[in-house]
Amino acid sequence: MSESRNETLPQRREVACPGADHWQPTAEWPAVRLRADLLRRAREFFHEHQFLEVETPLLSSETIVDAELEPIGVTIGENGENEETFWLQTSPELCMKRLLSAGADAIFQITRGFRKEESGPLHNPEFTLMEWYRTGDGMEEGMGLLSDLFQRLMQTNPAKRLSYRDAFLEYAQIDPFEAEPAAYAQIATANGLAVPAQLGDEIDDWRNLLLLELVMPHLGQSEPVILFNYPASQAALAEIRNDPHPVAERFELFYQGIELANGYHELRDPHELRRRTEEANRQRVAQGKRLLPPSRRLEAAMRAGFPRAAGVALGVDRLVLLAAGKKELAEVMTFPFDRA
Amino acid sequence: MATYNTSDFRKGLKVQIDGEPYLVIESNFRKPGKGNAIYTLRMKNLVRGTVLERNYKGGESIEAADVEETEGQFLYRQGENYVFMDTANYEQYELSSEQLGDAWKYLKDGTLCQMILFESNPITITPPNHVVLKVEYCEPGAKGNTATNVTKPVKMETGAEIHCPAFVEMGELIRVDTRTGEYIERVKE
Repeated sequence: MSESRNETLPQRREVACPGADHWQPTAEWPAVRLRADLLRRAREFFHEHQFLEVETPLLSSETIVDAELEPIGVTIGENGENEETFWLQTSPELCMKRLLSAGADAIFQITRGFRKEESGPLHNPEFTLMEWYRTGDGMEEGMGLLSDLFQRLMQTNPAKRLSYRDAFLEYAQIDPFEAEPAAYAQIATANGLAVPAQLGDEIDDWRNLLLLELVMPHLGQSEPVILFNYPASQAALAEIRNDPHPVAERFELFYQGIELANGYHELRDPHELRRRTEEANRQRVAQGKRLLPPSRRLEAAMRAGFPRAAGVALGVDRLVLLAAGKKELAEVMTFPFDRA
Repeated sequence: MATYNTSDFRKGLKVQIDGEPYLVIESNFRKPGKGNAIYTLRMKNLVRGTVLERNYKGGESIEAADVEETEGQFLYRQGENYVFMDTANYEQYELSSEQLGDAWKYLKDGTLCQMILFESNPITITPPNHVVLKVEYCEPGAKGNTATNVTKPVKMETGAEIHCPAFVEMGELIRVDTRTGEYIERVKE
């Protein structure tokens, strides 16, 4: 048996495709075990908190419409007439929210997300995320639960809360709710940042540049930090609170300068959902990106009644990376995209 | 002119910035979950060796550099210039001593070098990592002194000076590391 196997091996090598030598996983076994351990402990946490584990489709006829998220389309059907495009989900958000409208109280899932063209030390086009929703919660409760989970998984102190505005005032010396693009450009120059030539005058592009370059590196260097009260223009699907400066009740957790989780006090109004979807599509077209189908089924679910709730998505691969003290996702994934 | 879009960015690309060729030595992608991506390239100038870092917005593109790697054989020196032949097509090229940098120290007739062409013009010459050169002149060494920690300046057949152990004699062949400019060993003919 073993002899015949040895004989067939050299032959198989000859027909091997280019790159076949890279068959091995990139993660070492301790990282693979650590991932399994973190997933097991996360499930324990959710079960203790009476969350129901659910599954929703990875391939769906609808997808989150966001100016900066590019989904991967999959065309099904043999000829032009029967062809239909489904979308690999960028997150399980739409279907999980439909479950809330259908009566779920507290649900979580650990699943895959797909985002086209996102490749880098901290990005892989296919990634694992942990997403949960609990009804009755607003932003405050949502941040509390996220902090508890993170503390449990990573043995850190409770997360420190820092508003988006205070973070910018402290680390970038700019008021993100008042400043014009020219002021951002001045700060960028003063800090020696390489500004993309085509950055333009979209205020959110400037905010994100300073967030990446000046703010994020400081976040979570001792205890984890939850940034909250995002600019209303970055609400995505979070409720907007009408303060003097309207803010999105959106929050994100950072640890050791890395963005790990994104949460919302969830938007409930179907008309506002449609308005934001249309606005996102308008921005997509302006950037030369394709139109995405509106989220009709979530809209219908919201019309049927959507409870007050908070929801969070957390990147599992980055969690493992931080727990393992690694620098690149490939070190904690068995087969990253270039070996998939 | 060919261009590379941000989605093509990767280590090893040869690109052109302000008319000069660069090699991408590091390509990074950063993006807030909900927000625009920033692509960062660290690039080495192929002529001057300086390093440049630039950020790009998704969808931006940069020009590809028409850079070719070939084998150049050193033929002869002509005044301040050095003449090489592309061994692939027998095309001859002249490089100034400025373009050559330290490489002239290791060139003798027939030395095969790596030659980088930018828009069909040579921009850099890299000699082999190790070359064997004849000692043209040095002070005589003390007989029997085999210690390698005692060195003396030695003039090689290319006219360049190098520090060698005291036992090295005129007319001998020595192996030199062109990357560090250091003596390695004596070579028997």
